[in-house]
Amino acid sequence: MEGRLVVAVSPHIRAEMDTRRVMMGVIVSLVPGIAVGVWFFRWHALALLASCLAETLSAEALACILRRKPSTLGDLSAAVTGVLLAMVLPPTLPFWAAFLGGVVAVTVGKQVFGGLGQNIFNPALVGRAFLMAAFPVLMTRWVAPGPKVVTAATPLALMKFDHRATPLLDLLVGKVGGCMGETSALALLIGGLFLVLKGYADWRIPLSYLGTVAMLGSIPWAFRPDLYPSPMFHLLAGGLMLGAWFMATDPVTTPVTKVGRYMFGIGAGVLVVIIRLWGGLPEGVMYSILLMNAVTPLIDRYTVPVPFGGKR
Amino acid sequence: MRSFRGGVHPPYNKATQDRPIERVSPPERVVVPLSQHTGAPCEPSVEKGQEVERGQKLGEAKAFISAPVHTPISGVVKEIAPHPHPVLGEALAVVVEGGGEMEDWPRGDVDPDSLEPEEIRMRVREAGVVGLGGAAFPTAVKLSPPKSIDTVILNGCECEPYLTADHRTMLERAEDCILGLRLVMRAVGAERGMIGVEANKPDAMEALRRASDGEVEVVPLKVKYPQGAEKMLIKALLDREVPTGGLPMDVGVVVQNVGTAVAVTEAVRDGKPLIERVVTVAGEVGRPGNYLVPIGTPFSYLMEVAGGLKEGVSQVVMGGPMMGIAQRSLDVPVVKGTSGILFLREVPPAEEGNCIRCARCVDHCPMELMPTLFVKFAKGERWDLLESAHIMDCIECGSCAYVCPARIPIVHYIKLGKLKVRSLK
Repeated sequence: MEGRLVVAVSPHIRAEMDTRRVMMGVIVSLVPGIAVGVWFFRWHALALLASCLAETLSAEALACILRRKPSTLGDLSAAVTGVLLAMVLPPTLPFWAAFLGGVVAVTVGKQVFGGLGQNIFNPALVGRAFLMAAFPVLMTRWVAPGPKVVTAATPLALMKFDHRATPLLDLLVGKVGGCMGETSALALLIGGLFLVLKGYADWRIPLSYLGTVAMLGSIPWAFRPDLYPSPMFHLLAGGLMLGAWFMATDPVTTPVTKVGRYMFGIGAGVLVVIIRLWGGLPEGVMYSILLMNAVTPLIDRYTVPVPFGGKR
Repeated sequence: MRSFRGGVHPPYNKATQDRPIERVSPPERVVVPLSQHTGAPCEPSVEKGQEVERGQKLGEAKAFISAPVHTPISGVVKEIAPHPHPVLGEALAVVVEGGGEMEDWPRGDVDPDSLEPEEIRMRVREAGVVGLGGAAFPTAVKLSPPKSIDTVILNGCECEPYLTADHRTMLERAEDCILGLRLVMRAVGAERGMIGVEANKPDAMEALRRASDGEVEVVPLKVKYPQGAEKMLIKALLDREVPTGGLPMDVGVVVQNVGTAVAVTEAVRDGKPLIERVVTVAGEVGRPGNYLVPIGTPFSYLMEVAGGLKEGVSQVVMGGPMMGIAQRSLDVPVVKGTSGILFLREVPPAEEGNCIRCARCVDHCPMELMPTLFVKFAKGERWDLLESAHIMDCIECGSCAYVCPARIPIVHYIKLGKLKVRSLK
């Protein structure tokens, strides 16, 4: 048997959770949100999902070929990016635009930095930010859920520009206009809790993110409830649930330290409230996360924990 | 239940915990390395062709941090030459050929309270006792602390999966454990004696309590790896943190493994040198169990004693699966630090992926370090940054690599980094 013995450094056993399982866990946790999206937006949602996935996967494969690296499709990270991108796009977005978004998400968002784990910004949000800048009209054309294509404003736009509140129940169920996978707060919450309870993501960021939005959002509302939305509305409307549970928990682009994760969540929460209430846009989740992604290296640098036995 | 921060929960696979310790009849040829401990190797004190008696010294410890070695069998010194070594790769060893069945070492009598501390230290040193938990640090050195000690802790955690040698020792040799503890307490002048045991060994705790008459505290600890790491153990039992770069004595504590305590008892009471130890043989063998093995017994011999290999063994590990050392060959001998020999089936293909910064390593590190930085800096050859990231505080428990979803061999990068940091000093 000599010569056939494997000699490797310890430990000689490994936990079952590997990168592929983590990514699979994220996809499974997204299923409730996707299901509601497909239920309300029908073939629009399916077409969007298909074109985003097709493009993120082929862009990943092509990037690996160009970089002369073994294929990384198996780690499923490109699939996660594709699904997440589809969920943050308007259901009626033409397939070619979704396609372009997918290319940018994977190549500019991830591969140019050196692939998985190396990127600074959340790839799906990079794709979305690109589409927002390139096709602002297409990216703000919303339809009401249901079989017929009827234009509708998002709850956040209604609130911002008309000071009209959408019933919270509709926000929970997702019977409102909005991106394909962001409308049902309840479905996303279920998926998010599954994600965290199964250990696929850390609970600190969603908790501090959502907590900050609720607390900060309640201050102006306490003074002028006629003008400002309630904290509950803040939590349930727009892309916050999707962003807090599934984008702000992307480990690659968020801090590795526990203190840093709280800081990330609080910072993103503050930004969301500021943009929603006083910015030019109705929604601020995407920029809040992208901006906090940018300061993540800085947060990590200044939150290195004191080791065991060190001076605290 | 008392514990520490971080850590992991690997499957324990302690299938041999109900197997009583079984004495192995010695092989006809033993290979006794002159370096089986942390510190300077000892120098041969016998010559080729010389006849030796069981228990006779083969190597003399000249340095302070060193330990002599003895022959476990009577016979003739065949050669003194470099030989495969399970830890060092290759080291000078004394080969003795002889054999025959071994009877029990004659038991002596001792009153721990009447012995002078110096006498205890001397007998422990002469017997070549070293820490049997794995690190094999010379015990006599630990018994001569330059600082004042108030508590002696016996380590009965045995948090490594598969290993059950300590468990059986506590169960079957409880009185010798307690006597060893009292001898160590006497040697270092400590008032308090504690034994920390992971809560999954209630029978061992019961045996120790019965043997101790309430004189020492037997404390159950949370079942979590690496509960048996010295610093984690002290934290859990006394809520004291060994300062970074420091030793247990800096917080007034001496820690000994339970097996070491038995060796101390045998050395002081019976004058018996450390010539055999309990080894857990587990994994894919016919008769896994806990064996009392003469030091110097080749792994291959022990493998046959334990019923031979089953199909599909691809890895042989000395120690536990978390910190043990993978072996290249079965020609290596059992040494004083051999707590177990594991015959493991197929190893999962550990293809190293990119770090996804999931921070599992950070969350699970019992030393509260950032292993992700160690990998990054070691890959970037930033040795200066490695040191300021406290790499020298790492205890190499492997919790980080165990949980890493990208299968990065983090401990490899840490060992490399430590080597570089030391060499640049």
